[in-house]
Amino acid sequence: MLCVAGTIPEDSFPLVEGDVELIGERLQIGSSAVAVNRGTAALLAAAATAAAVLRQPPPFAYLVGDTGTGTGSERLYRHMNDVLPQRSFQTITFHYLQPMIEWHKRLHVMIGKLNPRPYLIADAGFMYAAKMSGEAYLYDLFTPDVGELAFLADEEAPHPFYTRGFILHEENRVPDLIARAYKHHNAARYLLVKGEKDYLADEKGILETVDDPVEEVLEAIGGTGDTLTGLVSVMIDAGMNVREAAVAAMQVNRMAGKVAKPTPATQIEEIIRCIPSALRDVLGEEVLNSLRREKASS
Amino acid sequence: MALFEFLKGKRTQDVSKDHVRQTDRGFLVFENTSEVIQAENLLKQSGRVIRVMGPPPEIRQGCDLVIEFPLIEELQILRVLELEKLPPLKVVPVTSPLLQPVDIFHVKDYGRYIMVRAANMKLTVDRETNKIVNISGGGCPDVPFLAASMVGKALADAPSPREIGHTLCGYALQLAYEEVQRRCSV
Repeated sequence: MLCVAGTIPEDSFPLVEGDVELIGERLQIGSSAVAVNRGTAALLAAAATAAAVLRQPPPFAYLVGDTGTGTGSERLYRHMNDVLPQRSFQTITFHYLQPMIEWHKRLHVMIGKLNPRPYLIADAGFMYAAKMSGEAYLYDLFTPDVGELAFLADEEAPHPFYTRGFILHEENRVPDLIARAYKHHNAARYLLVKGEKDYLADEKGILETVDDPVEEVLEAIGGTGDTLTGLVSVMIDAGMNVREAAVAAMQVNRMAGKVAKPTPATQIEEIIRCIPSALRDVLGEEVLNSLRREKASS
Repeated sequence: MALFEFLKGKRTQDVSKDHVRQTDRGFLVFENTSEVIQAENLLKQSGRVIRVMGPPPEIRQGCDLVIEFPLIEELQILRVLELEKLPPLKVVPVTSPLLQPVDIFHVKDYGRYIMVRAANMKLTVDRETNKIVNISGGGCPDVPFLAASMVGKALADAPSPREIGHTLCGYALQLAYEEVQRRCSV
């Protein structure tokens, strides 16, 4: 089962956990409903949508309200540290959490004792915490955009805000940035880099590149990176290997973006609605059925 | 009080002499020790977890002191200090005090729309209406909050990230916001 940990941008939102369903335009988790706009809610909406098409269990989420003060994030770190040893997740995706090195380290001490060890994916603030802690190597997959990749590539920067200019100037040299991130041990086992071209890489270099279909305006739309992270998380959890899952997720995200006929003013909900048809187009009925059969027999 | 404890002989805390890598910490650098004392009191009263330190050699100017704080909270800490007219001379990361905040902007022209990226934050504005139509990138929890507060509003009416943001992602968005304002007012 896939577990997602992240935040909702309302201070009054309680700490909740449970299966997530997308009902209309809102996510339902227990008795709480959340608008799908961007951030972890967008990731979960994409993941719940894809899981339904693939006939996988809905994603399980740990969510808390946090508008940037870090108070909610700290509660969630503490809660997960307490409850994860009693749970068994095949895949865990950490997302919009305030980067807190001390709590990141504590969580990893606990995760290190889990048996079997879950597949670990990090994006957004939690990926920053992993890099800041010098523990990027503990993860299976990071999903940075190009700005975040520059941060991973800059061994000195404690946050993307402090990425050095000579590295930021290398925007068109993603392969060099990837190599630099691995050289300084600031990358996970795999990197899925979201951008004009999407890349999957490991320490040996670029493994896959997806640049079709092209919708240049997707970069401007908040949440398109989150949906890609949600898609790849579901596909890995469904049993696809990381290479197949990454390529399929990159293609589905691009296809959903194209089908939505976006402008720079398009909102992410409009793209999430197009994920089911994009999934069917990209994977085809044969692959979908085989994933479904795999699930039914497990 | 903490400042005086420090002055009484806690020089071993001087970060130039310890090699603890505190990548999530920053230093606030002030004009003089008197300002450090005022800032320390102010920040402690507002519940911030901070401490007074000796500065690293790269930014040392004499018998000066700095305040160490959680770097991610830079934006909200600056807001507290600026409200009391006590802005620091500069803010630097503990582990690399010579690093500067991002000052490179990537601009994409989509015709009717313009997108400006500062570090990991992107802000897109409709040139015809001057409305903010999208905010993307970033990873700290105030990013979705800032987006919810700003998207759909005119540049002139939207709250600025400096006013309502909390983190370094919020700060990066502020820089993108200022750059968009500059470009859209021409």
